[in-house]
Amino acid sequence: MSERRAKPFSITAMPGFATIAILAFVLLYVPIITMVIYSFNASNSVALWGGFSFRWYAIAWENDTVQEATVRSLVIAVSAALIASTLATLAALGTTRRKKFKGQTFVYVMINQPLMVPEIVTAVALLIFFAAIKKATGYTGLAYLILAHSAFCVPFAYLPIRARLEGMDLTLERAAADLYATPFQTFRRITLPLMAPGIAAGAMLSFVISLDDVIITEFVKSAGQDTLPTYMLGQLRRAVTPEVNAISTALLGLTVLLLTAFFLLTRKRG
Amino acid sequence: MNQSARNGWLLSLPALILLVVGAAGPLLIVAVYSFLEPGDFSGVEWSFTTEAWFRVFFERDIFDDTVSAADAHLTILWRSVKLSLLTTLVTFVIGFPTAWFIATQPPNRRAMWLFLITIPFWTNLLIRTFAILEVIRNQGLLNSFLQWLGLIDAPIQILYTDGAVLIGMAYVYLPLMVLPLFAAIDRFDFRLIEAAYDLYASRLLVLRRIIVPIVRPGIVAGSILVFVPSLGAYVTPRILGGGKNMMIGNFIDLQFGQGRNWPLGAALSMLLLFIVMAALLAYVRVTSSEDRQNV
Amino acid sequence: MKLVLTSALAIAAATAATAEGKLNIYNWGNYTSPELIEKFEKEFDVEVTITDFDSNTTALAKIEAGGHGFDIVVPTHSYVPTYIEKGLLMKPGIPEMENYKNISANWKEVDWDPMREYTVPWQWGTTGVAVNTSAYGGDINTSDIWLNPPPELEGKVNVVPEMQDVVSLALMYVGGEPCSTNKDDLKKARDALVAAKAKWLSMDYGMTEKLSNGDVVATVNWNGSTFRARENNPDVAYGYPKEGYIVWMDNVGILADAQNPDNAKLFVNFIMDPENAAMISAFARYANGIDGSEAFMPPEMKDAPEIVVPEELKAAGKFNPACSDEAKEYYNAIWTELQK
Repeated sequence: MSERRAKPFSITAMPGFATIAILAFVLLYVPIITMVIYSFNASNSVALWGGFSFRWYAIAWENDTVQEATVRSLVIAVSAALIASTLATLAALGTTRRKKFKGQTFVYVMINQPLMVPEIVTAVALLIFFAAIKKATGYTGLAYLILAHSAFCVPFAYLPIRARLEGMDLTLERAAADLYATPFQTFRRITLPLMAPGIAAGAMLSFVISLDDVIITEFVKSAGQDTLPTYMLGQLRRAVTPEVNAISTALLGLTVLLLTAFFLLTRKRG
Repeated sequence: MNQSARNGWLLSLPALILLVVGAAGPLLIVAVYSFLEPGDFSGVEWSFTTEAWFRVFFERDIFDDTVSAADAHLTILWRSVKLSLLTTLVTFVIGFPTAWFIATQPPNRRAMWLFLITIPFWTNLLIRTFAILEVIRNQGLLNSFLQWLGLIDAPIQILYTDGAVLIGMAYVYLPLMVLPLFAAIDRFDFRLIEAAYDLYASRLLVLRRIIVPIVRPGIVAGSILVFVPSLGAYVTPRILGGGKNMMIGNFIDLQFGQGRNWPLGAALSMLLLFIVMAALLAYVRVTSSEDRQNV
Repeated sequence: MKLVLTSALAIAAATAATAEGKLNIYNWGNYTSPELIEKFEKEFDVEVTITDFDSNTTALAKIEAGGHGFDIVVPTHSYVPTYIEKGLLMKPGIPEMENYKNISANWKEVDWDPMREYTVPWQWGTTGVAVNTSAYGGDINTSDIWLNPPPELEGKVNVVPEMQDVVSLALMYVGGEPCSTNKDDLKKARDALVAAKAKWLSMDYGMTEKLSNGDVVATVNWNGSTFRARENNPDVAYGYPKEGYIVWMDNVGILADAQNPDNAKLFVNFIMDPENAAMISAFARYANGIDGSEAFMPPEMKDAPEIVVPEELKAAGKFNPACSDEAKEYYNAIWTELQK
C-alpha cells in the first residue's frame, strides 16, 4: 500500500498544521523583532529608518526619570523575589512530604489566589486598602509596592520550589538523621542545598514577574514611584517614542537572560 | 492537632499572612465598599446603600428620573465577554496547530520551539502590546506595507477599534493557549492514531474522534487561561482601544479616576470576580469529570 | 550570591538618591518645561519629580483620596474653588513673595482665588478644535467638527476627556451658557454629546504627538498643544468654534499635606520670575500671565494663529466660570453618562 504514495505517510502530520504553526511563530516574533530593530534607529521617527545607532539607549539612560525608575524597579523586584521565595520555601516545606493536614486545601487556594483573581480587581482592592493606610499613617514609601509585589509573586515562587521538593530523594536526610544530625543540621546541610535550584528558580521567576507588573503598580504607586513599566505606560498613552523602544528592548534582554538561566537551572535536575 | 499538621500550618503561616494582607484580604474591603455611597470626588461616605449594585444593572435618567436597564454597562460587559470569547477562539485556531507542531517535533528540537513560545509569555505584556501597536497604527508597519504594495491608498483605521483590541489580546495571550495544549498533546499516545489509520479512518475523522476528545483537558485549560485574563484585561484595551470602546477592566479603572464612583467600581469588580469564579468552577467541574472518565 | 550583591547595590543606590531636598509636582502630561525644572534643581539643589495627570477630575480624585505624596498641583481655574473648599490647598503667603508683583494685573484679582492666596498663574489658553487640513478642507471654526462631524471626519474624531471643557463647549453649541442650570439646555447638550459619541474614534489625550504623526486627524484640543503639533506637521490647524470656545487658566497651588512645603514655596516664587515663566511658555506654547515675560519669549509665538485670536471670533471666547454646586452636579451626571 505504501508503495503507491509519493511521500511516506506520517501519522502525526495534519494538513496545514505546520504552515499555521510557522506562521504563528512569525506573527509572534515580527512585532518584537521590529521593536528591537527600531530601538537601534538613529532617526527621530519611529516609522523611518535613519541608520544604526545606540542613540536612543544613550538618551534613555541619561534621562533621570528612567534611571530612577530602573533603580526602583530593581529594588522592588529584588525585595519581592527575596520575600516571596523565602515565604514560599517555608510554605512548600509545610505542604509537601507530610501527611495531608486539615486545611491544606485552604493553604493551596490562598497561595494560588493571585493567579485566579483578575489583576484589575486585586489592584482596585489594594488601592482602597492602601489609600486608607496611607492617609492614616502618612507613610507613602516603597513598602506598599514591595508588599503587593511579594504577595502576587508567592505562587510563582511556590510552584518550582514545591516541584523540586516533591522530586527529592529522602534517603540522604534519613542517613543524616541516622548519623545523629539534629533536624536543623539536616535541614541546613542536606535539605536546603538540595532545594537550592528550586528556590533559585522560584526567586528568578518572581523577579521577572515583579519586573513586568503594570496594573497593580499603577494603582498602588504614590507620587514619584514610577517603575519602568508604569513610566512606559505613561509615555505610551502620549506617543510611541524611540526611547520607549530602547527601554523595552533592554527589559526584554534582561528577561530573556534570566529565563535562559532559569531553564538551565531547572534542566540540571533531569 | 498533631505535630506534623501544626508544623505544616506554622511553616505556611508567613506566606498566608502576606497573601491575606497583600492580596485576598483587601477583596473583602471591595465587597464592603460596593454597599456604600460615593464620596464627592473620590472615596466613600460611610452609609449603607445598594445604589451601586442597582446602578450596575439599571440607570436613572438625569433629567426625568425614569429607570431603564443599564444598557451602557451591559454593552461594556457584553463587549468584554464577546472579545474574550473571540480571543479564546482565535488563539485556539492558531494555537492548536502550533502546539501539535511542537509536540510532533523530534525531542531535541522540541525544547527549542517550546522555549521560543515561552519567551513572549514571560515578557512584559506592556512591551508586547506596544510592539503590536507599532504594527497596526496608521503610519505603522502593516499600513505602510499595504500602501507600498499598492493594495490600499489611505491607511486603514485599525487602531482604536474593537478589532485592534482583539488582535492585541490574541497576540499577547497566544502562549497561554499553546502551553497547556502542548502538555496535553505531548502525553498523547500516537499509536492510537496509527491504529485508527490502519482501520481506514480519514484524517478528519481521526482529528474529530480521537485527538480532540483525548486532548480535551488541554483545550479546556487553555481556554480558561486565555478567557480569564482577557475578561479582566486592562493594559491592552487601554493602549489599543482609545478610551472609547472600553472593556470592563477599563471601566472599573474609570470609576476610581474620572468616574469618581468608588462604590460602583467596587460593585463592578465584584461582578467581574463572580464571572471569573464561575468560569473557574465550570473548569474544575469539566476536568474532574474528565478525570473520572479516564480512570 | 550575585542576586544578593545586585540587590544590595540597588538598595544603596536608592537610598543615596533620597538624601537631599525633594519636590513632587503633579501636572498635566507633557506640560512642564524640562529646562525650567533643570534650572530650578541646579539653583536650589532640589530633586524634582513630575507625575502626569490626564484630566482635572483624575487629579482631584487622586488628591482627595489622600496618601499621594505630591507637593504641588496645577489645576484649571474652574477647579480651584473645589480644591479650596475641600481644604486641599495651603496658603503659602503668595502676596508676600518676591515675584508676586510680576503677575499681570488682570490675572491678579480673579474670582476663583480672589486674593491670590492659594495659587499663582501657570499658563492660560483656549479650548477649540484641531484638524489636519489634509483630511478635511472645510470650515474649522465650528464645533460641528466634533458634535456633528462632516462625512470626511466621521469615525475619525477624538475628544480630549476633560469634563469641564467638553460639557461647556457642548452647552454653548446648543445655545446655552457654560455652567448653565437650565434643564432644557443641559438636556440638549447631553443629547448632542451622546449622539455625537457614536461618530467619534476615541476619547484620549496626548494629542500633540498623535496629531503630529497622523494617528488622529481631528480632535477637541487646546491651542498650545495644537501649536506644537503644527510645528511638527504643517497640515494641522487650530479652529475657534464660532458657537463658543473656552478660555481657561491653569494655576499652581501647594497641597495642604505637602511633604516638602518649603521647596514648593521656592518653586512657586521661581515660576513668577519673567524669564522662568517664558521658559514654561516656550515649551508648552501657551501664554503665561506674568508681566515682562514677553521679552524672553521665542519670536514665533508672537504671531502664531493659535495664540492670536482672529478679530471676528474674539467674542465667541468665554471664560469658563467656577460652576455652582447644582451646575457641577449636572456636569458630573452628563459626563458619567458620556463615559459609559
